[in-house]
Amino acid sequence: MHHVVLDRWSRGASVIHRRDARAKTVATLMFLVALATAHRSFLTVGLGYFAILVAVMIAARLPLGAALARAAVVLPFTAVFAVISLAAGEPLAAMALVEKSYLSALAVLVLLSTTPLPELLHGLEHMGVPRYLLMVVQFLYRYLFVISEEAQHMRAAAQAKSASMRRVLFDRSKFGAAAGALGVLFARSYAHADGIHQAMLARGFQDRFRTLSRHAFRRADAVFVMAAVVLLAGARFFAEVWI
Amino acid sequence: MEPLVDVRDLHFQYDDGTVALDGLNFRLFHGETVAVFGANGSGKTTFVLHLNGLLTGQGAVSVCGMPVERKTLARVRQKIGLVFQDSDNQLFMPTVIEDVAFGPLNLGLDRDEAQARAHAALDEVGMAHVSGKAPYHLSAGEKKRVAIAGILAMRPEILVLDEPTTFLDPPGQTALLELLDRLPQAKILVTHDVDCARVLANRAVFFDKGRIAGEGSVEEVIARFHWDRTPLKRSASSRS
Repeated sequence: MHHVVLDRWSRGASVIHRRDARAKTVATLMFLVALATAHRSFLTVGLGYFAILVAVMIAARLPLGAALARAAVVLPFTAVFAVISLAAGEPLAAMALVEKSYLSALAVLVLLSTTPLPELLHGLEHMGVPRYLLMVVQFLYRYLFVISEEAQHMRAAAQAKSASMRRVLFDRSKFGAAAGALGVLFARSYAHADGIHQAMLARGFQDRFRTLSRHAFRRADAVFVMAAVVLLAGARFFAEVWI
Repeated sequence: MEPLVDVRDLHFQYDDGTVALDGLNFRLFHGETVAVFGANGSGKTTFVLHLNGLLTGQGAVSVCGMPVERKTLARVRQKIGLVFQDSDNQLFMPTVIEDVAFGPLNLGLDRDEAQARAHAALDEVGMAHVSGKAPYHLSAGEKKRVAIAGILAMRPEILVLDEPTTFLDPPGQTALLELLDRLPQAKILVTHDVDCARVLANRAVFFDKGRIAGEGSVEEVIARFHWDRTPLKRSASSRS
């Protein structure tokens, strides 16, 4: 499961992991804006930004190959629009779409892999993001585990009764059974999620998640943000002016 | 002596029309452990969900002298700790220590105090060594202990345990019973496990159709409602 892996990665102790969630969020936002607004020189800028992300991943001691592969999860979605652009005779636009989507996903993945979600959400709360929006994200994250657990239980139960997903799209009865199972999965997940919510209320949960982690924006965090500004602006400036 | 829990003429009906509680009366006093027996669907879980305001029916419920109502909910939920049957419902934070500190943080304690309470509670249930682990990596017995630690960290006066021995292997059940026996709080024990009740409870009540059909010592209630497992006679084919 992606979220379990990311959760494990985010519990590291590298110099990147130790940075305040706000510093990393600001740096990621700057990255996304700088990348999205690069037009003429997007290929060179993209290469430079890719190098920056790889350097950050090495500093964070993330497994490089696995992280790069996980970010590729966006490519099938992007590929559809890239093919449309290609068909419209705009190969550069297609390349830009693929490159920017992949690098954006990689940047967000690096943020999530170096910041435990509760800390990230707490940091976002300090930055003024509406608390209820953050609660929705926190619940969504928790319930991803619920849905995947329920799905695994149902899959095991189906396999125990010799069910298989082979040719599910072409077999009317199998397709009907799979659709029914999906409905049951959501009904069971809803019941399970309700149980979790009751358990949270029983332990005094009111309207916000409080965490044990401390949030102190230190000098090192300011240096990190400044370094991000210099690197991102420098790479873009270098690509657009000298190349 | 004023009861810790006082429930009078409690009625509750679910949206589908099912009458779950039908004029229930119940009292729990200091130092007591009361076993709650009854068939599935007799209203046991509905009853405990009323004790900390997760459900609200008609009638009067008070905990530690406070009526359970919207304005007292925060204090009531500190006084009465509910340990759910499925520990997975209760453990949702990324690490054990964060999960156990969840309740104290909700009480408004600062981080240092919440962390100290969480460590003390984990120590009390013998789980200090897993404080940095993810809850989903624990065994069923460990999860149950951590769930209890999450409640103990709130320093409740009453523990409500819904089927505490479910999902546990026999050694895990024994270890849990030893732990619960050590805890000084008054307890309400909702269970089908008569052995668990025999070890822990000094009184039992029997639920039937949303009301208490009888009460007394654990053995009296078990005998009166035939609530022990009846030895089965094995057939000839099963012996071969």
